[in-house]
Amino acid sequence: MLVTLLLISLLAFLAFQIIPADPVTKLLGTDYTPERAAALRHELGLDRNVLVRYLDWLTGFVTGDLGVSYSYGMSVSDVMAGKGAVTAALSVMAWLLVIAISVPLGITLARWQGRRLDRVFVAMNQVFMAIPPFFLGILFTYIFGMVLKLFVPGGFILPEESLGGFFGYLFFPALAIALPKAAMVTKLLRSSILNQMDQDYVRTAYSRGNSRWSVIRTHVLRNAILPVVTFVAMTLADIVAGSIIVEQVFALPGLGRLLLASIGNRDYPVVQCIVVIIAAVVVFMNYLADVVTQYIDPRIRLG
Amino acid sequence: MKLGHNKNFTLGAVITAFMLAVILVGMVWTPYDPNAMDGAAKRLAPCLAHPLGTDNFGRDILSRVIEGAGATFLIAAATVAIGLAAGLVIGGLTGYYGGWLDEIIMRLNDAVAAFPSILLALVLIALMEPGRSSIILALGVLFVPSFARIVRAEVARQKSLDYVASARLMGAGDMRVLFGHILPNIVPVLLPSVAIGFNNAVLAEASMSYLGVGVQPPDASLGRMLNEAQSYLMSAPWYALSAGAAIILLILGFGLLSEGLGGERDA
Repeated sequence: MLVTLLLISLLAFLAFQIIPADPVTKLLGTDYTPERAAALRHELGLDRNVLVRYLDWLTGFVTGDLGVSYSYGMSVSDVMAGKGAVTAALSVMAWLLVIAISVPLGITLARWQGRRLDRVFVAMNQVFMAIPPFFLGILFTYIFGMVLKLFVPGGFILPEESLGGFFGYLFFPALAIALPKAAMVTKLLRSSILNQMDQDYVRTAYSRGNSRWSVIRTHVLRNAILPVVTFVAMTLADIVAGSIIVEQVFALPGLGRLLLASIGNRDYPVVQCIVVIIAAVVVFMNYLADVVTQYIDPRIRLG
Repeated sequence: MKLGHNKNFTLGAVITAFMLAVILVGMVWTPYDPNAMDGAAKRLAPCLAHPLGTDNFGRDILSRVIEGAGATFLIAAATVAIGLAAGLVIGGLTGYYGGWLDEIIMRLNDAVAAFPSILLALVLIALMEPGRSSIILALGVLFVPSFARIVRAEVARQKSLDYVASARLMGAGDMRVLFGHILPNIVPVLLPSVAIGFNNAVLAEASMSYLGVGVQPPDASLGRMLNEAQSYLMSAPWYALSAGAAIILLILGFGLLSEGLGGERDA
């Protein structure tokens, strides 16, 4: 896990060193003279060896010093303050929605396999899986924001003003991110349960007089949930990526907008930081999934 | 694998064939010039003359959706082609020979695979100039690891099979065995991943163009159109709906195809 993280941070760092575009040119703009550029380069530490800068940046990162933003002139952690909270709240909310929708739905559909309810939802699932989250966000803006007026598009509420309003405004963006993922997890859980139903232990459980529901609940679920846990943990990566785009749809002041603005301004310390933080979250979630999987099924040992 | 009896495959094939037909026709003929503006016909609701309405400049939305779908399709196809070609070579060689190079490349693969592809593509685009060729290049590079991984696993599995041994006995060299004998045998495994990769590419292109770092105006693309359409959501909702529906049909068709090919349990 640590090796992967180091590798990612090195890649993220090197990527911004080999590119032709120069942040100094962008910063100076029309004030550009070779002397000023050299002075600024020295001030930003860009004239030192790449490896030295990487180690410097890495030690800073580990000790909580995230560097200084080129274009805002303040520390990266100050630039990101508050924005990270918006993205984190949005992602976690979307992730919880995925679980809250797909787990009950997947189990119910497997329980009623082949009936009309099951067939309708399986078809709907297929469609929802094909909807891009940001288009769902645009649809929600139109239906719930403009026609039904359940929220004000663009009317983001700061958590300091009203915590309820903050989460209320995040609900529809979170739902837009969550629905396509929830459709995938539902499908996976349903087919994972149905795959188990052919096993010998299920027949044994039936022969002891259990109903289909109690077989699923007490025997099948524990076995069927394993691949789902791994998948759900991995969806968090896609959810964070999805929230970066959906933030644009709903004009949310989160990391996604900061990332896009920083890319436009060639503000690489900020971009590097966001990339490494997201990567760290993703790698950590995968690790957590392994731990949980092992807890559910003690036969699996961490390698 | 009886494709004829597979509902998913049939439906997916119908949808995909329809979209492909529309895109092919759109290359030679669209109802209107997709970029022709008509000041007298701004933001018309769908009607007989304009089945999907017109946009803020009086451009025919049906024509723009057709052209945009074509652009999105071509970008996705080019992306998958790059990813697949490089993936075949890298995955084939590492799977066939193994060794320390295999180890290193697979570690790198793991690092890249840990990332959401849209995020990485955004960063890669930041290093280049936004535009059609950058987006193809960035997404293509990002798709290499996933294809390489699948090819590698399959090649490693197939190389110990009997037919490979016989081919060698007949005097076939490594390259001939790898690309002449093993490769045709992994195609069935590869096809569903190609369809899934295509869908990821459509989604990524649409997202990036929506964010303004993909296809640049005046080129049409479905994501680009959604970006424009969002400003007129109140007065011309059909604009966003048409572009979104085209994306959904593209993804849905290929998604069903990949499932049909994967031979998953049918409901």
